[in-house]
Amino acid sequence: MPAIVETIDLKKSYAAVEAVRGINLRVPEHSICAFLGQNGAGKSTTLRMLMGMIRPTSGTGRIFGLDVGSERDSVRIRERVAFVAEDKRLYEYMTVAQIVRFTRSFFPTWRDDLEHSLLERFGLPRDRKIRKLSKGMRTKVALLLAFARGSDFLILDEPTEGLDPVSIEQVLQIIVSLVADGATVFFSSHQIAEVEQVADHLVMIDRGQIVLDASMDSVKNEYRLIQAVFSAPVDKRDFQLAGIERVYSEGPIVSLVASRNVDAIVEQVRAMQATSVDMVPLSLKEIFLETVKSR
Amino acid sequence: MFRKPNPASGVPIYVQLKEQILHAIEIGALSPGTQLPGIRTLAESLVVNPNTVIRVYHELEQEGALEVRHGLGVFVASRRGSKSRMNNILIARALVEELLEKLRELNLDDSEMRRLFEAELMHKEVVQRR
Repeated sequence: MPAIVETIDLKKSYAAVEAVRGINLRVPEHSICAFLGQNGAGKSTTLRMLMGMIRPTSGTGRIFGLDVGSERDSVRIRERVAFVAEDKRLYEYMTVAQIVRFTRSFFPTWRDDLEHSLLERFGLPRDRKIRKLSKGMRTKVALLLAFARGSDFLILDEPTEGLDPVSIEQVLQIIVSLVADGATVFFSSHQIAEVEQVADHLVMIDRGQIVLDASMDSVKNEYRLIQAVFSAPVDKRDFQLAGIERVYSEGPIVSLVASRNVDAIVEQVRAMQATSVDMVPLSLKEIFLETVKSR
Repeated sequence: MFRKPNPASGVPIYVQLKEQILHAIEIGALSPGTQLPGIRTLAESLVVNPNTVIRVYHELEQEGALEVRHGLGVFVASRRGSKSRMNNILIARALVEELLEKLRELNLDDSEMRRLFEAELMHKEVVQRR
């Protein structure tokens, strides 16, 4: 699958702090790609670099082949990419209807059908000033402005933060239908459940570095928790095969978190005279916790 | 028609969806020639990734359960032998019921039975993968 975003060794430092430490990021075309990481892991910094809102310290990044570090290209990037920032900043003095009309005037690909259906579905009060809106309502306005632009690439920084479950499901449904129409969505989130539901590609970032980059199906198919019981206590250091991410042991019970190579690992465990070997899949939440903890 | 898959289960969504469709065909809820929803419609109604629906339809086409008629849509294949397949499923269901009955007589509760089944299937998965 061709990539819409491609970065090579992209870095951003603030004084002595390295926020993003040389990442090679790829967002496959027509995917819903989720960007996961703890607070302060470097997600928003990365997204802001992609949008040309801050300049990379070194490395390169391209969106649709346009250079994110170039002043001129980043104007074109902002024309083509619908971006929703983490702070969902909007013009406070406008009403909902005014900000919609104002934004629409910039985009020839604006979708009136989506504008109307989203105003309706989100239950947005057209004549209320932005400054009088609740946090959830503001988020919905920001999302509406991005969704209705008719862009073929959307970057959403925590799009569902602060929304109730019903609204989250609506937002996911819109994302799904935009992708069915050919768009690509790259979004960051702390909501593992929604990521698991709609994303088909995963990128995890931890302390400024990418620690996982894979399709959702391969992650689900390959990550396993292997639990073995031995007749005598065993040494953790005996488990060093490729693919073993973590080893926990409690007396005769050993739990292994494997990211790949599961068959060979199970075989080795059996060869070590385990009295029982069980294997269970891991949820994305467990995979996330193991991945960001294990470094 | 279809239930929303459970994203948090360890089973990938495409596998869950595929099994739902196959099950519906096996029990006759979807009969040969029936048209399935379009990719966009199904993705929207289940709120799943459209690429997942594409993958499921594609794999089921490869396996002969579905037929893609270009420009028209996706249909349940009129497969020879699907009748005997359906018979087998009915026989299997009776066997499972019988087995469950016996296990209940041994005072096993539902979760114990489920664990036993899953452990056995999982064990088989390991053996097959080798």
